[in-house]
This record gives sequence, C-alpha cells and structure tokens, in this order.
Amino acid sequence: MLKTVIPFGPQHPVFPEPLHLKLVVEDEVITEVVPALGFVHRGLENLVHLRDFQQMIQVVERVCGICSMMHAMCFCQGIEDLMRIEVPPRSKLLRVIWSELHRIHSHLLWLGLFADSFGFESLFMQFWKIREKVLDINEATTGNRVIVSVNVVGGVRRDLSAEQMKWMLSNLAWAEDEILRLETTLLSDYTVQKRTIGKGVLPREKAFELGAVGPTARASGIAQDMRMLGYSALDQLDFEPVVETDGDCYARSRVRFHEVIQSIRLIRQAISKITEGEIRIKVKGRPEGETFSRIEQPRGELIYYIKANGTKNLDRLRIRTPTFANIPALLGMLPGMWLSDVPVVVLSIDPCISCTER
Amino acid sequence: MFKMTPNIIHNLLHKKATRRYPKVIRPAFENVRGALFNEVAKCTFCGICAIKCPSQCILVDKKAGRWTYDLFACVFCGICVEACPAESLHQKSAYHLPLAGRETITLNREPKLKIEKTTKIPEERSNDAKD
Repeated sequence: MLKTVIPFGPQHPVFPEPLHLKLVVEDEVITEVVPALGFVHRGLENLVHLRDFQQMIQVVERVCGICSMMHAMCFCQGIEDLMRIEVPPRSKLLRVIWSELHRIHSHLLWLGLFADSFGFESLFMQFWKIREKVLDINEATTGNRVIVSVNVVGGVRRDLSAEQMKWMLSNLAWAEDEILRLETTLLSDYTVQKRTIGKGVLPREKAFELGAVGPTARASGIAQDMRMLGYSALDQLDFEPVVETDGDCYARSRVRFHEVIQSIRLIRQAISKITEGEIRIKVKGRPEGETFSRIEQPRGELIYYIKANGTKNLDRLRIRTPTFANIPALLGMLPGMWLSDVPVVVLSIDPCISCTER
Repeated sequence: MFKMTPNIIHNLLHKKATRRYPKVIRPAFENVRGALFNEVAKCTFCGICAIKCPSQCILVDKKAGRWTYDLFACVFCGICVEACPAESLHQKSAYHLPLAGRETITLNREPKLKIEKTTKIPEERSNDAKD
C-alpha cells in the first residue's frame, strides 16, 4: 500500500486551538507523524523589555486561557525567590485554593472535550454544567471567571471572608456529587471503554524517555507531581499523586477524573487550615539574579526561568509549558493507531497550544 | 448509553441548569471587575493609573487636564483602581455592553464628558458608554 500524507488541523472540530499534524498513513494506519506549530505565537516573553516586572504578571496570565492563575503564581514565586520575600501564610493558602479551583475547571473542560472527541455530546454538556459552577466561584471570589488576576509579588490581591468560604464549600460539595454521578458513565460505559482502552499506549519507559509530564506521565505509572515539592502551602496539605499504570487514553481520563476529586479535597483541607492574618506584604527594591520556578499546572510541570539585572525590566524570561514537553510523547503514541482514533489520542494529552507558543 | 440513563432521569426530575438568557439575567456578583469609570470631579490627573496600567490603555495629560481611556485595549485587571491615590477610579460589577464601533473615552478637567466616535454607534449604546 502506498503511503499517503493526510493533514490534521489546524482547523479541526476536536481542536480548541490550532495544532497541525501531518499524518503519514498506510491503509488508514498511522506510520509517522510530523507536527507543525506556530499559528498563535505572540512573542509574550519578549515583552519583558517593555513592561516592568510588576506589569509582567498581567502579561504572563495571558499566556494560557485556562490556567492563568498558575502562570502568574509561578512567575510571582520566581520573583519572590529572587527578592527573598517570605509571603504571608494566609496568602499561601489562598493561592493554593485558587490554583486548585483552576485545576478543577481545567480538568472538567478537558473531560468534556474528551467526551466530545469520541462523539459523546451529552456527557460533554454534563461536565461543562459543573464547570460553570466552578467558574461562578472564581467570579464571586476573585472578580473574574478565568483570568483571575489575584497574584502580586508579595501575596494576593483579594481575601476570602468566612461566608465566602462557606459558600464555596457548599458549591464544591454540589460539584463533587455531580462529578461522582458521572463516574460510571465516563469510566464504566461500554462505548467509552471501546474508544479509549488500548488507544495511544505510552509505556512507562517510553514516557520517561520522551520526557512526558503531568497526567500523561502519571497515567503511564510515573508518580511525578510537582505539588509534592511543597511550594506555596502545599507542604502543609496531605495528598498523594494519582497514578495509573496502563498508559492509554482510558488511564489518562481516570487520572484527570480522580484529580478533580483530589483538588476538591485539597481545597477543603486548605480552608480548614487557613488562619487570620495579612494577605500581602509591601515590596521594595528590584529583583536581581536568576532563578527557576516550577509548579504543577493542570497539564503538568510548568517551568519559568527568570533572569533579572536589578532594573525594573527583566533581562530574560523563558517559559517551558507542559504541552511543549508532551508533544514528543504524543508523537510516540500515534504510530500504529487507526486514523479514526487520532482525535481521541491527540486530545488525551490535553494540548494547550497558546501555552506552547506563547 | 445505559450508564447515562440514571443521569438523564435525574436531569429530567430536577430544575434546569440553564437560564432563558435575555429574559432571566443572573445578578452580578459583588466586587466583580467590570466596566471602569472615572469620577472626573475627584481626579487629580496625576497619571499614576497610566504608569501602572499593564496594557497602556490610559493616557493622562496633566497640563491640559485630560484623561483618555481606550476601553478596547483595557484588560480590566483593576491595577489602576488599586493605585489611584484620589480614589476617583472605580469598577462596576456589571460588564461593558458590546459596542458597535471602536471608541476612546476622553474626560476633561471640567466635569464634562465627550466621546470621540470613530464609527457611528446606536444612541442607546453611546449612553451606556458614558456611565
């Protein structure tokens, strides 16, 4: 059979963002994949020369449309590290609460899109119904639905009152009930299993070799979760990474599903441990030196490299996003798959192209 | 499919998750970062908002006493509201209504509002933009 090259993307019904894959197929079976990126490059890293380090918080929040809070938090942690600032304990816990809310809504978005990728529209609607409640919590507590803009160097901009925490917990209890009701549909349904089990298998050794991160690595049995580093207030909270061993699309959906439940429990723990106190300290001076800042984004490990020279503008900012690390893993999963399985496998790594191209 | 059936029955027996939008509008939450407005009578035209703004959507001319705001460049982060020493900048809980044309809002030292129109916009929309 002759080889045929089929273009997949950048415009495709399953893609929320533009990713182009050249699929080399032989009798509808993929033999080779060549990715092409660069459709949404915005040059945000270079803005460090035009905006000062405080204004850059608003810029890095716009790197990603889903996990904006994590980007700002990672950047602020890097700057605080350079300026040797100790953030107040209350603001550390508040950062954890909002970052876990972001993880919940990002995973719910993914679970919906994943259901949509194999044509299960009603399950997509059910997950997005729950996500809407989480976005309402974001809006009521931070002032915006997705780009929450709460982080500043030295703490957070908003505080949570006791009533808000109570309201948040009652809404999260509702969300947990609703998510658990969908567990049997997502994880035990015959059609869902038929489309996901054994598709896009990434064995543990290969995941390690290709440098997979986040839920993609955890679904292949690598217990790597940057939250275990204990940044912010995560060292005070009790949790274990969610790990699966099969390494297929089904395992990746299981990992993300259980991480939603885990994040809700982390928020409960954080709220139970929160103490009164200030949320923001005054920052004087300018950063100098270079640092790496790492946190766990919904899609995996996020790395910020910051180089500062003692002026208000940074010298260099480099952002390594999790999808960038997961694209080699994706290319390793696709050969041997049928053409009809490509949307499910591609979505299983949760590609975030805006993040990758910055 | 059969695993979804209990959910379908549950959804049929419970209230709808959606609203009939133009008829039923959810009230805005408190302290939402919505539309930005300047109480020009309080404004000292110091220009701190223009310096702090990450999207550079505010221009202040202290000599002429003019405050210009490009609401299409604004990202509604609320940094200017926090930084304003005269407390003349505020954000409403409601979001801006969509506009038919790109426009900037110019406020002069006298409490007098002038909107520079680049394209013709419906009258009720331009009233909203004045707020």
